[in-house]
Amino acid sequence: MIFAPNAEITAAAFIGDCAAKRSSIEIIGNGTKRGIGKPAIAENILSSSKMSGIVTYTPSEMVVSAKAGTPLEDIKAALTENNQELAFDPIDYSGLLRSKGKPTIGAVASANLSGPRRFVIGAARDALLGVRFINGQGEIIKNGGRVMKNVTGLDLVKLLAGSWGTLGFLTEVTFKVLPVARTETTLVLLGLDDAAGISALASAMATHCEVTGAAHVPETINGTLLSGQLKSPGATCLRLQGSELSVPARLVFLQQRFAGIAQFVLEKESSRQLWQQIRDVQPFQMDHRPVWRVSMAPSRGHEMVDVLRRHAGLAAFYDWQGGLIWLRMEAGAEAELLRKTIAALGGGHATLVRADDATRRETQIFQMQTSALAALTARVKAAFDPAGIFNPGKMG
Amino acid sequence: MSTAAFVAPPFNPIVFLQPKADVLARRNTIIADLADLLPKEGLVSEPRKLVPFETDGFTAYRNVPLAVALPETTAQVAAVLKYCHKSGIPVIPRGAGTSLCGGAIPQQDAVVIGLSKMNKILEVSYENRLARVQAGVTNIAISDAVSADGFFYAPDPSSQLACTIGGNIAMNSGGAHCLKYGVTTNNLLGVTLITIEGEILEIGGDMLDSGGLDLLGLVCGSEGQLGIVTEATVRLIAKPLGQRPVMFGFDTPEAASECVSAIIATGIVPVAIEFMDKPAIAICEAFAKAGYPLDVEALLIIEVEGSDAEMSDQLALIVAIAQAHNVKVIKESQSATEAALIWKGRKSAFGATGRIADYICMDGTVPLSQLSYVLRETTKIVARYGLRVANVFHAGDGNMHPLILYNVNDPGEAEKAEACGMDLLRLCVDAGGCLTGEHGVGIEKRDLMLHQFTQTDLDQQMRVRAAFDAGWLLNPSKVFPLENRFEIAGKAA
Repeated sequence: MIFAPNAEITAAAFIGDCAAKRSSIEIIGNGTKRGIGKPAIAENILSSSKMSGIVTYTPSEMVVSAKAGTPLEDIKAALTENNQELAFDPIDYSGLLRSKGKPTIGAVASANLSGPRRFVIGAARDALLGVRFINGQGEIIKNGGRVMKNVTGLDLVKLLAGSWGTLGFLTEVTFKVLPVARTETTLVLLGLDDAAGISALASAMATHCEVTGAAHVPETINGTLLSGQLKSPGATCLRLQGSELSVPARLVFLQQRFAGIAQFVLEKESSRQLWQQIRDVQPFQMDHRPVWRVSMAPSRGHEMVDVLRRHAGLAAFYDWQGGLIWLRMEAGAEAELLRKTIAALGGGHATLVRADDATRRETQIFQMQTSALAALTARVKAAFDPAGIFNPGKMG
Repeated sequence: MSTAAFVAPPFNPIVFLQPKADVLARRNTIIADLADLLPKEGLVSEPRKLVPFETDGFTAYRNVPLAVALPETTAQVAAVLKYCHKSGIPVIPRGAGTSLCGGAIPQQDAVVIGLSKMNKILEVSYENRLARVQAGVTNIAISDAVSADGFFYAPDPSSQLACTIGGNIAMNSGGAHCLKYGVTTNNLLGVTLITIEGEILEIGGDMLDSGGLDLLGLVCGSEGQLGIVTEATVRLIAKPLGQRPVMFGFDTPEAASECVSAIIATGIVPVAIEFMDKPAIAICEAFAKAGYPLDVEALLIIEVEGSDAEMSDQLALIVAIAQAHNVKVIKESQSATEAALIWKGRKSAFGATGRIADYICMDGTVPLSQLSYVLRETTKIVARYGLRVANVFHAGDGNMHPLILYNVNDPGEAEKAEACGMDLLRLCVDAGGCLTGEHGVGIEKRDLMLHQFTQTDLDQQMRVRAAFDAGWLLNPSKVFPLENRFEIAGKAA
C-alpha cells in the first residue's frame, strides 16, 4: 500500500517509526520512474504525491519553490504564463518507460534530470537552489535557500539531486528559472557519419554562436524524428536560441562555416518539436528493448559506439555535442562489454534506463565506482540514513 | 535617529580551537618527519618565514602555524595528509590566501598545506571544451592560456589575478559574470581529492554526468572540510564576439534596484548587473577617474554580450527600462577603452576603498525583491554603530557586498565594525537570504550559522562532514560553531 501523507510532519513521523523498526521504505512521487534502478524490495511505499502546490513564485526574482509532489506540468504552466521556464529542460521519461501518471518536480530533483541544454546550462543540480527533506531518522532538514548565490555550509542540495531517494524524502524544492528565449531555429547538416558529425558539433561550439543544442542522429534512426523530415544519411543538429535579431545572424554565420555540407533549417516550431523528441528519446520509444544512457567526453562517445558495433547489435544517437549517448542494446553479455569499452576509452558513466524487471535485477544499473569511492558513498549514505531504510539497493 | 540610545552588543572575538598541547610538544619531531616527505624547499618551519602564512584576506585574526608544507605533487600531498592523520595534527589547506572569511587562517598546532607550487595547466582539450589543471593555478591563468584560441574560464572573482582554482573550488567562488555563466560548481567537471587518510580519489572526470552520489557538488564549496583538491577539470566556453557595458546613475537606490527587477522581469538576463551606492561611487571615482557621476545616489553597470547589432538591440531595451525608472545619467561605451574605463572603477572598488580606510567586506545574499529594503536597513544599522558603509555588489543575483569602513588603529572601531557586520548578515538571513553568497563561512560567519540553520540542519551537515573526516583534523576551526560538534562526529565515526 502506498502511504501518501499531505503534511511534512506526518511524513517525518512515519519515517521516524520505520527507522525505529528498521522497516524499509520505497520513496516515490507519482512513480513514473520506478522502472529506473534496481526494482525496489521495500516493506513500505512513501509517496510525495499528496504534498503538492507552488509555495512561492515571484517572476522578477527568477525563483520558484514548490512542494515535492507538485506535478511538473503545473510548474511549467505557471512559468509559461510569465514567459519563464526551467532552463535545464528536464527529460520526460514517460514515453521511453511507457509510464502513466504525472512526473513530479521532486523527482526532477531527486533523479537530477536534464535535457539537451545540459552541456551549456546544466542539469537540475545546477538550477536547484534549496531543498527541504526528511532524513532517515525522521528529522526535517533544510539546505540551500531561495537565493541565486549561496555558499553557506555544506552543499547538501547537490547531494540530494540525483540521489534517487536514497538519502532523504524531499518535501520542498526551490529552482532557479530563466526567461524563455524569444525564438529559436535549428540548422541541420546532412550526410555526415558519426565522427564527422560530432567533429562538426565541436567546431560549432568553438564559435561565438552560443549553440544550445548539439545532437547527431545517424541514418538508421533519424527517420523517427519529425515524422521523417530528418531522414538522411546522418542528421547533425545545431540549435540557436535568442532574440529575433540575434538568431538569424548567428544562423548565417553557422551556415557559412559549414558551407560545403548539405543543410537545411528548421523554423521555430519544428525546432522546438525536434529538441523535445531528442530530449525524450523518441527514437527508442517504439519498442521495448533495453536502453542505456552513457555520459562520456564528447569526442569519445562515437568511438565507444564504433567499438561496440563490431560485437553487438545496437542503435545509438548523440546529444550534448556527442557527450551523451543514447544506446539501444541488450543488457546481458553486452553490459560487460559496454563497461569495458567505456573504461578503455578513458572512462564515463553508463546507466541502464530501460529494461524489464528480471534484467534489472541481474544487471549493474549505474556505473560501478572504485572501491574507495564506493566506501565513501556508503558512509555519506549512512550520514543521512543510518538504518539504511530508504530505497535499499536502488542505486546498485 | 538617535545614536545615543543604541548600545552596541558586547564584542565577542572569534575563538579558534585550543591548540593541542601534545602536538605543540612534538613540534621538532613533526618538522623532521615532514621534511622526509617533502622536497628540500617544500617545508617552511623557521618562525620568521612562517609569519606570511599567519592570516589571509581576513586580516583581523592571525595565528602562526606549526609548519607549512609546499608540496609539488599529489603524492606528496597524500603523504603529508596521511602523516598528519596518523599523528592527529590539524591541517589547513591554502591556495593564494585571498579568503575574505578567514578560510585559510591557521592555528598554532596546524600544518598548512599550500598548493602554490602545483601551478601547471596539465591539459587543454578544445574538442571537449575542458582544461585539466593543478589546484595552485591562478583563476586568470586558465583564461589566459586559452584566450588566443577563443575560449575562457567563466567564474571571475575580483581576486582572479591572485586566487587559485583550488581556493575557488573550496569556496565555490563566483564573480561579476556568474549571472549568465554560473559559479565554480557549475563550471567544474572533476577533481582529484585527497582525503585526510591520504587516499587519492578521482571524483567526476571529463564527462558531464557521473554515476553515484554527486560528491563533486558536495566537495565544491566545502571550505577544506572534506579533503584537499590537487587537480581539477574545468569547463571552457567560447568567447562572445563582444562585450559592452552601459552605466546608469539614479537619484535613489530604490529606483536602481527596481530597475534591476524590471530588466529581469522583461526577460533579459545581462551578463552582469553591478550596483554601487554613493559612497562607493565617490571612492572608486577618486581612484579610477572612470567618469562616474558624483551627484547620483546609485549607479548600475550592466553588461551585455554578442555582435554589435545584438548588443545595440539589447542595450536599447535596457536603456528604455532605465528611462522608465527615471534614470538620471546614462553613459554608453562607444569603444573598448570606454568600456574598460567603466569597469575599471568597479573592479578597483576593493583596492580603492582600502586606500581611504580599513574595511571589512560582507557577502550576504538576499532575494531580489528585498534589495531596496536591505539597503535602507544597512544604512540605518551602520549609522547606529557610528560607522560608514560603501555598497558595491552583484545586483543581478542579490549578492550584497557592504564594505564597512573603520580605522584599524582604533580597536574600538574594529570591534564595532565586526559587530556591525554580523548585524548586516543577520539582516540578510531575516530578509529571506543567506550569510554568504560567494566568500564562504570560514571563521568569520561560523558563529552565525545557527541564525540561518537549526541545530538539526547543522547536525546533518556535520554527519556528512564526519563521513570524510571523523576526527575533525581538516580546517577544524571553520564553518561549524565550536559547540555541539564533536559529539556528532563521535557518533558517526
